[in-house]
Amino acid sequence: MSAAATPAPQRKSQRRGVLVDRILLYGVAVLLALWTLVPIYLIAIAAFSEKVAVFEYPKALLPTRFSTETMEFFVGSSGVITSVKNSVIVALGTIVVALALGAPAGYALSRFRFPGRDAFQLAVLSSKMFPIAILAIPLAVTFIDLGLYDKLIGVIIIHSAMVLPFVIIVTAGVFATVSRELEEAAQTLGTSRLGAFMRVALPLALPGLAAAAIFAFVTSWNEVFAATILTLRERTLPALVVASLNQSPLYFKFAGGFFLIIPSLFFIWFMRKYLFNLWGPGR
Amino acid sequence: MAVRAGRALPFPARIARSDAALPLGLLAPSIIYLTLLILVPVAQALFLSIQTEQGTFTLENYQRVTNDAAFVDSLFNTAKLLVLIVPIQLTLALAMALLINSRFPGHGIFLYIYAIPLAISDLAAGIVWLSIFGDTGYLNTILQGLGLIKDPISYLSYENLHLVLMAIVVAESWRATAIVMVILLAGLQLIPRDYFEAAELFGASRWRRTIQIVLPLLRPSLQSALIIRTIFAFQTFAVVLALAGRQFPVLAYEAYDAYANLFNPRLAAAWAGLILLMTLTVVVFYLRVFKVSEAETAR
Amino acid sequence: MRSIRFVAVVAMAGAIVASACGGSGGGGTPTATASGAATSAVSSDPFVLLSTQFNTVTEREAVQKQILDPFTKAKVEYVGSDAGPFNDRILAEAKTGKGQVGAILGLHGDFGALVGPDKDLFEDLTPLANRLKDRGIPAEMLDLGKLGTSKQVYIPSMQATYILGVNKQALQYLPSGVSVDDITYTQLRDWCKNIADKTGSKKCGIPAGPMGLYHRIIQGYLYPAYTGGLVTTYKSADAAKMWADVKDLWQYMNPKSLNIDFMQESLLSGEVWVGLDHVARLVDAFKLKPNDFQAAPAPKGPKGLYYMSVIAGFAIPKSSPNKSGAEALIDYMVTAETQAKVLNAVAFFPVLDKAMPADLPQHLKIEADGVQKQSKSKDAKVALLPIGLGTKGGDFNNVQKNTFQRIVIKGEDITKVLAEEGANLQKVMDDSKAPCWKPDPSSGTAPCKVQ
Repeated sequence: MSAAATPAPQRKSQRRGVLVDRILLYGVAVLLALWTLVPIYLIAIAAFSEKVAVFEYPKALLPTRFSTETMEFFVGSSGVITSVKNSVIVALGTIVVALALGAPAGYALSRFRFPGRDAFQLAVLSSKMFPIAILAIPLAVTFIDLGLYDKLIGVIIIHSAMVLPFVIIVTAGVFATVSRELEEAAQTLGTSRLGAFMRVALPLALPGLAAAAIFAFVTSWNEVFAATILTLRERTLPALVVASLNQSPLYFKFAGGFFLIIPSLFFIWFMRKYLFNLWGPGR
Repeated sequence: MAVRAGRALPFPARIARSDAALPLGLLAPSIIYLTLLILVPVAQALFLSIQTEQGTFTLENYQRVTNDAAFVDSLFNTAKLLVLIVPIQLTLALAMALLINSRFPGHGIFLYIYAIPLAISDLAAGIVWLSIFGDTGYLNTILQGLGLIKDPISYLSYENLHLVLMAIVVAESWRATAIVMVILLAGLQLIPRDYFEAAELFGASRWRRTIQIVLPLLRPSLQSALIIRTIFAFQTFAVVLALAGRQFPVLAYEAYDAYANLFNPRLAAAWAGLILLMTLTVVVFYLRVFKVSEAETAR
Repeated sequence: MRSIRFVAVVAMAGAIVASACGGSGGGGTPTATASGAATSAVSSDPFVLLSTQFNTVTEREAVQKQILDPFTKAKVEYVGSDAGPFNDRILAEAKTGKGQVGAILGLHGDFGALVGPDKDLFEDLTPLANRLKDRGIPAEMLDLGKLGTSKQVYIPSMQATYILGVNKQALQYLPSGVSVDDITYTQLRDWCKNIADKTGSKKCGIPAGPMGLYHRIIQGYLYPAYTGGLVTTYKSADAAKMWADVKDLWQYMNPKSLNIDFMQESLLSGEVWVGLDHVARLVDAFKLKPNDFQAAPAPKGPKGLYYMSVIAGFAIPKSSPNKSGAEALIDYMVTAETQAKVLNAVAFFPVLDKAMPADLPQHLKIEADGVQKQSKSKDAKVALLPIGLGTKGGDFNNVQKNTFQRIVIKGEDITKVLAEEGANLQKVMDDSKAPCWKPDPSSGTAPCKVQ
């Protein structure tokens, strides 16, 4: 860098430029953060208000009359806690299956040129193009016929099928940007192909894999159509709650809506550091 | 960067010849899984869409779709949503991803914040924005508190369909930008720092650096994000339903309604088939226009 | 280090998948109990009561705790569902032959897609109905439970109707000389106009939202009140007059009605002062602010005060895992004591021909007041729910919804719309082959015809 040779006035304006830059950067970052957070704050206070508060106008922007009555009722109503456990099991299972199937496929798609690759990519994509709400039901009925009724594994299978295309596309995209030469270099240095994959490509692709995992979790967590039909007693949270939320009074809608959000917040907090990972973990 | 010394053959061809079985082996489980669980049911559904209740061949389901009073509206509405939401989200997501990637102090927290909407389902997002856009909602409360309006504005009434559109676009953008951001961020991180530093060295402004260096390198991720977001945009209906009810018909809801309320799976399959066709068309268009060349993937 | 983490993740993954495989709850063991015959032993195998009703958080809790838990003969779990999954599940269980759903509770209209010449999903409950003969279920209602077939498909055990929920603030704007308990549609229009003129905002409403029940109001209230019929008179001159009046009334109605699914919320927020809706969708307003509201009968038209009673009843699927238990449950539901519990829990009224319990909580008193004034009014007549439409129930409802949208919202020409929608209606009747039902005059076994 040639900093030492810069004349003094240029340095000062450079510093000012950097300051303006900084302010701009933080300003935009904060604005975007507010845009994301404010609606969540609003639903949180709506969820923790008294029932009648929901009908007031103007609404209180700062929580003055704090009340857990709607949240308590919602969380305490039968089946909610069990359904949360079920949802967690299904969502984690979905990640496992979808990544186990999808990451290798994404790798193959990004690395190898074979006839029909483009067609395959398109076919994978097009499987997502059919509205899942319509598809889930006949699929679920078939599962019931096969005896997978009221078993969480059935839900896991359907959910992972739903997210698999996405996982494949994202991992393909991420592996594509991981330089082949690195793997090749590792191989010439003596590791096997699998070793090169595990020690070079995989860690570099971690952000993409994390993204795919998060997406799989969240999609599964929120999926309602298939889960509703496939489960009767072992319901997931959306299966249990969505029919009732659609018909409940507004104050329960808010409580339920907020409650639906909470567990995913935890999962993303946990996963966030994997989203951001440059040359291997720890940098 | 790695050595790009003279080489006789490009990497992929060499491998392809020596073990063509490997890619197939890696792909096979996914192919089988997807075929059984998605492609076969989709084919069955499409087959259903050209059947009558008795099982004979007919195009009447598709005719019913095109003759439906809500068809043209739902088509245009879905198109409007697509055209408005996708660019907005790409821009916002790119801004967020670039910001995070610059790794300013505190970027970890901001990353988490930006990623929060990932977790939020259609239904929950609809509820959140209902509390804001409702007549007695927070937006009116704020505007009235600031003295900008005298009476509450009806954002969700059929009398103000352009406001309804705005509300839906805002709600959907808020909900789904995070997905796009996460994809772009993953792609951004694999652009070596050297590129950024080299650009800085040559005095290119931040703006110029972004446009001319980052964006082209981000092409594969941008393409993925664009395609995925578009596919979902064709299927949005939960947020629309929560905010606007039937006053803003969209294709995906008509499909669902045919199944859930009219108990007519053939009609629902016809609507869904139409959605499939349109999505496919748009995606193929993207793939042509934004063709990611081999050179960009084989860095 | 990294490999340890990897192994741990794989182990966890395996554990998760393993636990998912064993995830099903117990209770699905079917017992080969015959139904109908004199039951000495009632099986106590647990089963699920599946229903489209009482999905809200409070109602579900209330049904489970106040009604089902005290039923000691078997453990019954209440599962509420939207209509689509409800059907799918019943059909799926029927295909497998044994299910977990022991009994279902559905609205009359819910059975439409499940009953037909090619479908035989339910037990014939005629023997049970005979055993319950002297409980006091009105014969006409019991007949509805046959759904136009020769089998007793469901046993009616609760009913609801549509009434006016009125904010007391609106009473001062009533046209002079008009009593809120005896009002015509024209007077309603004057009332709404008065409110709009004097207060500057439109405070009348009907539930015309995506899940709103305005099609029932059109079928069971508006049409019969103006024309004396529904299908046969769909495009008559009386019908045209009715639509013109509705269009007129709409000018003074809150346009938010198109977003309203549940009138109680709009009443509580003050957006609507006078709203016509299902009793279960009004009750919250009476419960949360009992001193602000009262209930009144629906308005009447030139041909009288027609009202529609929504019936819900119990059926036993052939794939039920515990038929004797389900029968015992139905028996339990059709006692005066349980009927009173139901009223308390979810605001659905008893079907038994007996007096209302005396010690009702205030919000139910208000509703019962309105309901009784309606049914006991001097020119009150019952309009029945559609019978025999099968899978075409949704299409049937859509005709009314579309007619409303086209005439009232989009402003299309009334005669043209009635001609076109009348033709659509005829197609539905022909496809479903359903004969006429009251108040339309009987058409024997021929499909009902739009005149």
